Amino acid sequence: MSAAFLFALVGVGLFSLGLYALIVHAHLLRKILAINVMGSGVFLVLVALAKRTGESQPDAVPHALVITGIVVAVSATALALTLMLKLTAETGRAELPEDQGK
Amino acid sequence: MEALTLLHWTFDILLGLGLLWLGWRVLTSPDLFNAIVLFVAFGLLMALAWVRLDAPDIALAEAAIGAGLTGALLLAAFAKLRTVEKNHDIAGQLEKGKLENRSFQWWPATFLLVVAAGLGHTVLSLPHYATGLSAEVSANLKSSGVSNPVTAVLLNFRGYDTLLEMVVLLLALLGVWSISGSALPREAAPGPILDTLSRLLTPVLILVAAYLLWVGAHAPGGAFQAGAVLGAAGVLLLLSGWRLSSHLAGLPLRIILVAGPVAFVAMAVFTMLTGGQFLEYPRAEAGTLILFLETAATLSIGTTLAALFLGERPKNKREYP
Amino acid sequence: MNPSDYLSAALMIAGAVFFLAGTLGLLRFPDVYSRLHALTKADNVGLGLVVMGLAVQAESWAVVGKLLLIWLLVLLAGASVAHLIARGALERGIKLWRR
Repeated sequence: MSAAFLFALVGVGLFSLGLYALIVHAHLLRKILAINVMGSGVFLVLVALAKRTGESQPDAVPHALVITGIVVAVSATALALTLMLKLTAETGRAELPEDQGK
Repeated sequence: MEALTLLHWTFDILLGLGLLWLGWRVLTSPDLFNAIVLFVAFGLLMALAWVRLDAPDIALAEAAIGAGLTGALLLAAFAKLRTVEKNHDIAGQLEKGKLENRSFQWWPATFLLVVAAGLGHTVLSLPHYATGLSAEVSANLKSSGVSNPVTAVLLNFRGYDTLLEMVVLLLALLGVWSISGSALPREAAPGPILDTLSRLLTPVLILVAAYLLWVGAHAPGGAFQAGAVLGAAGVLLLLSGWRLSSHLAGLPLRIILVAGPVAFVAMAVFTMLTGGQFLEYPRAEAGTLILFLETAATLSIGTTLAALFLGERPKNKREYP
Repeated sequence: MNPSDYLSAALMIAGAVFFLAGTLGLLRFPDVYSRLHALTKADNVGLGLVVMGLAVQAESWAVVGKLLLIWLLVLLAGASVAHLIARGALERGIKLWRR
């Protein structure tokens, strides 16, 4: 067990926590927060595993992917927040409508 | 040395537990505003984790984007949400957002425990040493034109990633603009402190962005971090009441927004016409070309991020009555 | 370890003590204004001490300059943000704490 695996496990934990919150919460702002936490978990796994080179210099390719990922995550968050505001302006609720079956 | 290893382990374990605890608090905090503030703190702790994982480039990007810009976006959306819900006269909505997460749901929790156990098992069964592509990166670093391996990957070896990533940013902005319509002229007065602060900080932030861009060739930094700092300067200006002049909100703004992707595509076409591969730079000029591309990318990324924060499309001259 | 190492260690530990005190104040003080007071004052000194401790280890004067610049920027931003938060709290009618 090394620090790389410790942080990879933390990443797995964050991903799972985020996925749980994404399923459980109805409020869309909370769902957006949950997706961001999930993304952080994925990034943590990628970069932690890049440290397994056994040298001082970790693998640079996952690092570059994660930097790209952080920028994509912020733009996706901005789009999601705009959609949420539009939905709230239309329906008065920051929640998705319930399933018809319920 | 033994004591130092122990200290590192203690710090890493505390950091890991802190991340998990803050993540849990972000997702379960009864108050939405609290949850957003905790998310910003979570982002800063993530930046520490990146430093511990020898990824200073990502730490810079996370501190500027993950904690800073995302936090600003979330807070702005939260404030707008409150106004929208007030207009709809459903005052109980935010209160409802407070209470709905009280109940613990067993089925999703059990499912997620299984998922976490499976993922954890998979991660632990991976080989303990894997060089990945680091050997290829260091073997070709000399011919890339820069000496920071992360910049070499982003702008040279996998330049198409960066190109497509900027297209994603533009698409997100197009989506935001088409949904939220065009902006009203500025309303509230910002107050003298914020005004002075933004006047003082904007030149400094522009200088920092230029520094990060330049230093990215051989040390942590680069187009994304520089773009994030530029975007932060834009957010600060927007918060203190500044709006883009309507003369610049039309074509000039759009030219800057597409400058990055256009520079990349032009470069790709050029390298293919001169007999190379897609985005295969001539080795002698690679450093200069990368700096040129990064400058265009920084301007585009910074402007796009600030525009995403503003949300509404700035009105250009012809749209005013 | 040579003398400069001890000096920077002492400075940084002193800085950490100030951070600890500021955080304690943030958690324990009764209202938003006194919390801001504890946070900005103690943390600015704490960061100053950490910056000095790092400056002792710096390889060149350029690095010292950058460290000082970071400290000045944090001072500027911290003071302004504390003012904005306090003004926002006043405008919302949050009362000053009285014993």
